[in-house]
Amino acid sequence: MPKSSEPGTRPLSARLLVAFGRFWWDFLVGDTPELFVAMLVILGITVLLAKAVSTTAAWATMPVLVVAALVASVLRGRRTG
Amino acid sequence: MTSSAIVLVVAVFLASSVEMVEALTIVVAAGVSRGWRSTFQGVAAALAVLGVLVAALGPAIVHWVPIDSLRVVVGAILLVFGLQWLRKAVLRATGYKDKHDEDAIFAEHVAEMQAKAPAASGRDSVGFAVAFKGVFLEGLEVVIIVLTLGTTDHNLGLAALAAGAAALIVGAIGVVVAKQLAGVPENAMKMGVGLMLVSFGTFWSGEGLGVHWPGKDLAIPVLVGVYAAVAFIVVRAVGAQRARQLHGPDQPPGVSHAQVV
Repeated sequence: MPKSSEPGTRPLSARLLVAFGRFWWDFLVGDTPELFVAMLVILGITVLLAKAVSTTAAWATMPVLVVAALVASVLRGRRTG
Repeated sequence: MTSSAIVLVVAVFLASSVEMVEALTIVVAAGVSRGWRSTFQGVAAALAVLGVLVAALGPAIVHWVPIDSLRVVVGAILLVFGLQWLRKAVLRATGYKDKHDEDAIFAEHVAEMQAKAPAASGRDSVGFAVAFKGVFLEGLEVVIIVLTLGTTDHNLGLAALAAGAAALIVGAIGVVVAKQLAGVPENAMKMGVGLMLVSFGTFWSGEGLGVHWPGKDLAIPVLVGVYAAVAFIVVRAVGAQRARQLHGPDQPPGVSHAQVV
């Protein structure tokens, strides 16, 4: 007798929910979790700078952080592909 | 037309073209090995579902989601997605990742589908399903790009038009070249799309978080230029390192334009 948690026995709504979650996970995280984390860090630092320092500091820093994230991920990708 | 609208059209057009080339490989493989009638039915069904998604979700997003929240969420998605494309394009350009070989993928799909038993009569469910899945899954990324860029820039119609134009043009070229999709400079296109998505992502998420960009919309092409320069430098530096690894220290540094394409 199949377990109730097996995909074939789950109700349609649960399967759709799992598929939806899996799609967004693959789409946003996938095999580059460092880029997802970097995005959260970039947005966090940007909102801090914009609110606590100045908008000039925020717009000047944001692209630098994006570039740093790209370079770090490419360097990691040289090892992992 | 504003500078952001121009970048939007180019980004959506290129992204749709890249995804269309990948979908076309699957569609042509399905058509050749399983027959064209069911394949075209699968393509039409997938396009209809994707069209309904854009028509249903687009206006709902614009109507219900506050603009600043929309910009932060959309900007974050574009930032991650664009960085993923850019990273992949850089790694492919420098030889650390294999290029997307449409010829090999085509041969693989044809062999796989020819191994399955042909339909007894009527619609071929394998051809239909493969064509539907190929177009739907590749198209879903385009739908997300159209929805995110189109709704945030208040230009959903323009974004959808650009995607539709890309679908028509790549489709028409596909009819002519059929199995020669490997000739499409996919990596260069992917690099271009990555640059634009990252630029839009930076701009919109910044705006949503309270950043006032100098020059407003004009900041977008400036960001594209800055990121393009960085990507060029990274490709040169990492490519030179790769060449030294493969051929020793005597190899001249840098990579050629042909490698990027």
